[in-house]
Amino acid sequence: MVPVDWYMGLAAALFLIGALGMLLRRNALVMFMCIELMLNAVNLTLISAGRAMNDLTGQVAVFFILVVAAAEVVVGLAIIVAIFRRRSTASVDELSELRG
Amino acid sequence: MAEAILFVIAGLAALAGAVTVVVARNPVYSAVGLLGTLFSVAVLYVVQLAHLVAAVQVIVYAGAVMTLFLFVIMLIGVDKEERGVESLPRQRVWVGVLAGGIILFAAGATLFGDFEWVPAASDTVLEASSNGTIQAIAEPLFTEWVLAFEATALLLTIAAAGAVVLAQFKRRRS
Repeated sequence: MVPVDWYMGLAAALFLIGALGMLLRRNALVMFMCIELMLNAVNLTLISAGRAMNDLTGQVAVFFILVVAAAEVVVGLAIIVAIFRRRSTASVDELSELRG
Repeated sequence: MAEAILFVIAGLAALAGAVTVVVARNPVYSAVGLLGTLFSVAVLYVVQLAHLVAAVQVIVYAGAVMTLFLFVIMLIGVDKEERGVESLPRQRVWVGVLAGGIILFAAGATLFGDFEWVPAASDTVLEASSNGTIQAIAEPLFTEWVLAFEATALLLTIAAAGAVVLAQFKRRRS
């Protein structure tokens, strides 16, 4: 069996890539995809840790995270579409009205 | 052994998809990369006996969420190039320094430090207590976590209503 450390390392790498994308990209859609990437990395850690501890609670937690992520995607994409209709841009650099 | 082979293949595919999400100029390529990552992670779930979660991952994430993403890409267009100019000075340099620091720290802690990812990890997997079939997941879900389950039902209803309200906002004003 593959040691749980490998899964944790892979999840850490996925999370780091997602965080880097969040910091480097300016397209709101791609930033959103990076959030999904990070959520998936965390889900992978929960599943792996749950199996290593012989406990099903990790899988139940992932189930809830999936549902919340689905709700988050629905609202987030609706916000992006609403912004695009008003400003016809999906770049977060253009959206700086709230800046002091 | 089979698990190690599957781990390497699916892990590399997941990393490749993740890198594609970040570096692709075209958002459609980013979406396809994310799709590959989601499928690879689902494979890793199956390898780890999380059958129900893997199925939900493919149906909800790779199916519904990615369709939603592609629809939004279609709505707002893909021809917008990102500006090369950063509004924050030297942001890319700082991000590079930060990422390098995190990688060095993590590698050092894992290789040289006395670091355990999962403290109570056992080397043997008990099939009975970690096999994530529908029945096995449903039991804690509807006993111990039933309140959270109902709360997520409410959350989904609110999210759906909120999405409808957001979509109609502009039309009413114009």
